[in-house]
Amino acid sequence: MRKATLFAGLVAGFSTFAFNAAQAVEIEYWQYVFDTRVKAMDQLITEFQKANPGITVKQVTFPYADYQTRVIAANMAGNGPDVMQLFYGWLDKFVAGGLLAPLPKDAFPHAKIESDFFPIVKAMKRGDDYYGLPTAVRSLALFYNKKLFTEAGLDPNSPPKTLDEYVAAAQKIAKRDASGNLLVEGSTLDMGGQDHQWWREVLIRQFGGVPYTDNDQKVAYNSEAGVKALKFYTSLQLEKKIGAAGFMDEGQAAFRGGKAGMTIDGTFRLGAFKSIKDFEWGVTELPANAQGVRSNYASYFANGISAKAKGEELEASKKFLAYITSPAAMDIWLKTVGELPALRSAALTEANLKDPIYAPFLKGLEYAHTTLFMDEQAQRQNAIDMTNRVLLQGQSVEDSIKQAAAAEQEIIDAAKP
Amino acid sequence: MAAIEQQGAASGRPGGSPGTSFGDRFSMRTRRLVWVWSFLALPILFYAIIRFYPTFQAFYLSFTNWDLLRPAKFIGFANYIKLFKDPQFWKVFKNTFTYLIVGTPISLVVAFTIAFFLDRVRFMHSFIRALYFLPFLTTAAAMAWVWRWFYQPPPIGIINDVFGMLGIPQQPFIRSTDQALFSIMVTAIWAGLGFQIIIFMAGLRAIPGTFYEAARIDGLGEWAILRKITLPLLKPTTVFLVVFSSIGFLRIFDQVYNMTTNDPGGPLGSTKPLVLMIYQTAFNSYAMGYAAAQTVVLFTILLIVSLLQLWILREKK
Repeated sequence: MRKATLFAGLVAGFSTFAFNAAQAVEIEYWQYVFDTRVKAMDQLITEFQKANPGITVKQVTFPYADYQTRVIAANMAGNGPDVMQLFYGWLDKFVAGGLLAPLPKDAFPHAKIESDFFPIVKAMKRGDDYYGLPTAVRSLALFYNKKLFTEAGLDPNSPPKTLDEYVAAAQKIAKRDASGNLLVEGSTLDMGGQDHQWWREVLIRQFGGVPYTDNDQKVAYNSEAGVKALKFYTSLQLEKKIGAAGFMDEGQAAFRGGKAGMTIDGTFRLGAFKSIKDFEWGVTELPANAQGVRSNYASYFANGISAKAKGEELEASKKFLAYITSPAAMDIWLKTVGELPALRSAALTEANLKDPIYAPFLKGLEYAHTTLFMDEQAQRQNAIDMTNRVLLQGQSVEDSIKQAAAAEQEIIDAAKP
Repeated sequence: MAAIEQQGAASGRPGGSPGTSFGDRFSMRTRRLVWVWSFLALPILFYAIIRFYPTFQAFYLSFTNWDLLRPAKFIGFANYIKLFKDPQFWKVFKNTFTYLIVGTPISLVVAFTIAFFLDRVRFMHSFIRALYFLPFLTTAAAMAWVWRWFYQPPPIGIINDVFGMLGIPQQPFIRSTDQALFSIMVTAIWAGLGFQIIIFMAGLRAIPGTFYEAARIDGLGEWAILRKITLPLLKPTTVFLVVFSSIGFLRIFDQVYNMTTNDPGGPLGSTKPLVLMIYQTAFNSYAMGYAAAQTVVLFTILLIVSLLQLWILREKK
């Protein structure tokens, strides 16, 4: 009897061993180098491998500047990743190039994606298929320097809620010397930072327009709302004088240096601002307009499955993608990287909503928009140029908007696959 | 080549090595040629693969619409037509030539003046020389960041602070569409100065002292000595530096890129050189074919400018 049990145990042991050996499969996960992201992924991989003994995941990383080129080049050479991270704005290019496989509907049903994730996940949908899912998302908020608020006689615990309050607070904080040189900005003005997103997805909507139509393929800001939004933005420097583009080189540098009362930036800046020792800072939602309309810009890196993953590797990739987009993984990601979970259930927890830093970003996610960039860098440059024409060359806002809209339409059309 | 062969012949083994089939069949000269070429083949092969093949590939790509993802399709001269119609290209073209035409003479005159006087300074000579050379050793990225802060408006920017003290109005520098290019050019000249000074000084040292003595005995003034002796005899050095510095300015990139990272190419593209445009076209927009066409244009410009300079500054025999 004992012998029989032993034998059975041995058989069972061998068979699981054999089963595992047959199942042993290695998949590659690619992302760009960013210390906390790599660490978080290492941790996720360890957890995943514990739960799935037959699968090994190899993490491969490249510097951000090379990342896209590497993925594309590796795809041509036929040795790319199985699961890869990609910026949502690269999707068109990656789909057109046949790099990504549509997410299998059995493992990732559309109804579930649409009900569980924040609505911005729609940016990963092309036609009838989703091509990726995010672990974490980023949104914008207004950072403010509590010390400067107190010095200017403002209540550091009630940051501005509307655009008018924002301007008023900024005007109180801004300081100039006797000859009019800016010493402290009320709020940073940096189109090259996040301000172009603020103008595009937030201000234009708050002034009653839309930045684009036709799935962001057609520029629509050459309108009254667009003009008003840009007038508001440029007047911050030209009339209200709350700051100056290029002050301390970058908006975030001015804020970090304690030389700006407020700045609009994203979740990804939290890590850098956490090391500030000289003053206390707070975060609040982006200001609403007089009618209470709010908007936000959200973006994310998604994870997609490579078109070359087949058979066992595809199955393993599906499992891995399901794990890294699970609430458990998002929790690890939030703790290690500081980015917000992409699933509503994981993000909108009581603890997160009480958190004074995460809460404003999370609220922003509910009404955030995600621009479907065709050529992110060129479209951003176009917005920078549009503002500079008004600020530096004295071009009228109407003319500058008109010129920018035509130029951006050309960029979009040229980038269409 | 002939000199080398003669030398080789002089030191070659007498009589060769009878008995080997190789030696029997070929003459001494042929054998030597085989040896020479087998050594030369390595660098030639290396160059062909690393240099020439990609160059020709770039020429080919400039006639395609390659975007890294889909196979390249031949589209004839479409990229070139697009390029010549692109107002941004002409702006960038103008910027590049401003760097060249303004930057090269200024940097050479400054470098020569410093070298000329430094050559006569004995007191702390090597220390001063090292100070001038130091920027050349510093990475462009680090330097550019320091200069970015120098150019800031007051009270942060040192230059504007000094201007304020002297009662000169504040300047926007890299935040201005008119001044940005020259602000960056100054840093580029400053960075390359050390190298040019060293080369000029080497050139000055190579002029025999007897010429100067003779001139002084004949009663020539300093100015005449400079014009009649120093400058003409310094010509090879000057030619080298003109070509070298011109190519440097035509290919200027790191200074511009690092000084205006948040708005690459300065406000409204006022500082953008051709190389930065190529970089952005290729690695931000992934329009590889279009970028290749721009590269071919840059290559042609470099070739023409270099040949032109060599021809103008050629030795008149």
